[in-house]
Amino acid sequence: MLDRINKAQRQTKAACEALGRQINVMEVCGTHTVSIFRNGIRSILPGNLKLLSGPGCPVCVTDQGYIDAVLELAERQDCIIATYGDMIRVPGKDRSLETKQAKAGVRVVLSSEDALQLAKDNPDKTVVFIAVGFETTAPATAVVVKEAAAESIDNFCILSGHKLVVPAMRALLSGKNNKIDAFLCPGHVSVIIGYGAFAEIVEDFARPCVVAGFEAVQIIEGLNEICGQLSAGKAALKSMYSAVVTEKGNAAAQQVIKECFEPVGGYWRGLGKIEKSTLKLRDKYERFDAFKRFGLSETPSEERKGCRCGEVLCGLIEPPECGFFGQVCTPQKPVGPCMVSSEGACAAWFKYGRERIRKP
Amino acid sequence: MSASGHERILLAHGGGGQLMDELIRRHILPGLANDTLAELGDSARLNLTSGSLCFTTDSYVVKPLFFNGGDIGKLAVCGTVNDLAVAGARPAALTLSLIIEDGFEIEVLDRILASVAAAARESSVEVVTGDTKTVEAGAADKIFINTAGLGVRVAGADLGFEKIAAGDRILINGTIGDHGMTIISQREDMGFQSGLESDCAALASLTCRLLENTMAIRFMRDPTRGGLAATLNEIAGGAGLSIEIRETDIPVKPAVQAAAEMLGFDVLTIANEGKFVAVVERESAERCLSLCRDHPLGKNAKIIGEVVETRDVPTVEMETRIGGRRIVQMPYGRELPRIC
Repeated sequence: MLDRINKAQRQTKAACEALGRQINVMEVCGTHTVSIFRNGIRSILPGNLKLLSGPGCPVCVTDQGYIDAVLELAERQDCIIATYGDMIRVPGKDRSLETKQAKAGVRVVLSSEDALQLAKDNPDKTVVFIAVGFETTAPATAVVVKEAAAESIDNFCILSGHKLVVPAMRALLSGKNNKIDAFLCPGHVSVIIGYGAFAEIVEDFARPCVVAGFEAVQIIEGLNEICGQLSAGKAALKSMYSAVVTEKGNAAAQQVIKECFEPVGGYWRGLGKIEKSTLKLRDKYERFDAFKRFGLSETPSEERKGCRCGEVLCGLIEPPECGFFGQVCTPQKPVGPCMVSSEGACAAWFKYGRERIRKP
Repeated sequence: MSASGHERILLAHGGGGQLMDELIRRHILPGLANDTLAELGDSARLNLTSGSLCFTTDSYVVKPLFFNGGDIGKLAVCGTVNDLAVAGARPAALTLSLIIEDGFEIEVLDRILASVAAAARESSVEVVTGDTKTVEAGAADKIFINTAGLGVRVAGADLGFEKIAAGDRILINGTIGDHGMTIISQREDMGFQSGLESDCAALASLTCRLLENTMAIRFMRDPTRGGLAATLNEIAGGAGLSIEIRETDIPVKPAVQAAAEMLGFDVLTIANEGKFVAVVERESAERCLSLCRDHPLGKNAKIIGEVVETRDVPTVEMETRIGGRRIVQMPYGRELPRIC
């Protein structure tokens, strides 16, 4: 493995030297972000190759307005909130589920099936599943919605915050002055949607899109492929994760998503509203839609005006250039996604300062 | 039917009357038998050798009560013994306080008490006094245990953050993450429990052996909640120095690593209950390592890094498996499975 890493590292260095400018590669997958951080990958890359951690953590990009809706439900005596663990810490306007958890019926579940089971076990309560995640978790949500419909489990519903990766990538590239040179595309999401889904990014924006797995060696080889393309003046679509990712992806999973959900405009923390980027339950399943059942609003609150995560994500500014940084936005009380995630650019900067992020 | 004729704990078992007396005499005393406890005085009278005393307390609320490799009773003894051990003390006496929920099965209580007794015997420590309270159903989750421990500092043991110096080595007595991953997997009933076993163990025999045979130990701490990451950050912060560790030298069982990765956990942040981190003088590091490895609780001991001068703020840094470097953060306080 180290041989492969060394080889890819040498080639990447040569390509970056040949390019002779700063290269910004964005990863749009939380697991990539974590692996890059835990393996210390930044520290072994050439100085002019910068990794931007994009909106790849579906939890971190969940809008504050959505969290506020969850908190509103958590206050109801007749509801149990079933949520994935990492959602617990994401802040709403003035608090998170963590602070609420002691009092309210908030349960951490590992799967959507667990949430449905919770509904079956608690017939006198309404179980609201906090359905977040990209195309990776959306099929599992769709399956339980269908199951609940088939078995008429009426005390179950979902608050869909599911998001789609490609519309977010398009939105980022459509932003003025964005400095993204290429994307390291997410392995898990690609298993579902197929690497072919990124073809439109390559075609419409001429940016290399390379799908990679999550081990250090796979990430470094993916980055090497990107740098090789850039130095050759190319922009191509390539999957380096052929063991599990196909061009067309998982048809059954795509079908179940399509059957239950339709893409609508939705709010992303730090990025604002993105067209056709959020999954809403189709009318056929609206009785399982917690927004409708409880008359909740999806309107984002305005407090984030001033949060510049969008620009941080795109490599346009460094975290301290944001007026919120270190003042109203800290790891203990985060505002934007880059501070919510402990691996986020702002959180890392806040704790360790500039020099230590790049070359600890 | 239990020895006292009841199958379940009743509120009256904590009422100070006949039922409580029965509970104590028939269920608690027999396994823990020792002269001090047998007096059943309002306080235990101890005759300790003169010297510096260490005193600690800890409460145990683990869920599930029984897990691979231990249970709440064993944990309640080992945890407190370990707090004494890493302070450089030889444990002398423990207290045992039980808070029991109304309706708790007495047969289960008996099993827990048998574990307490066995763990105390193994650590050569006596339970000398205690307390039993019962609370209404719902006011406690089955059973909570508090133990306090009194220990006598090993002669010559002089440990403290201020003793730590750049160049000192970091030693750990074995694999990390075993306890935490066992508990998490059993709690979530995740179906990958095979190969996972808590490392719950009392460390005093090993730490005393080290302290008696070398003067090289500067500091010790047991990496329980928050795991190795928290303990190393506490040491760096306390000493005002930085620490560098090597990922390839940190012992982790493959099953633990796999379970942690599956849930998105960083194994460095997972709790241990039978491990200690020792900061040892550089010249004697190898000798400390071999002293550890000759003991059953230190067979997999490793030197995992060293203390270095700090550049700005004290940090813990790790050389990763691929030769990269990263900062090991102080964990937030609660590990949550992640979906991304």
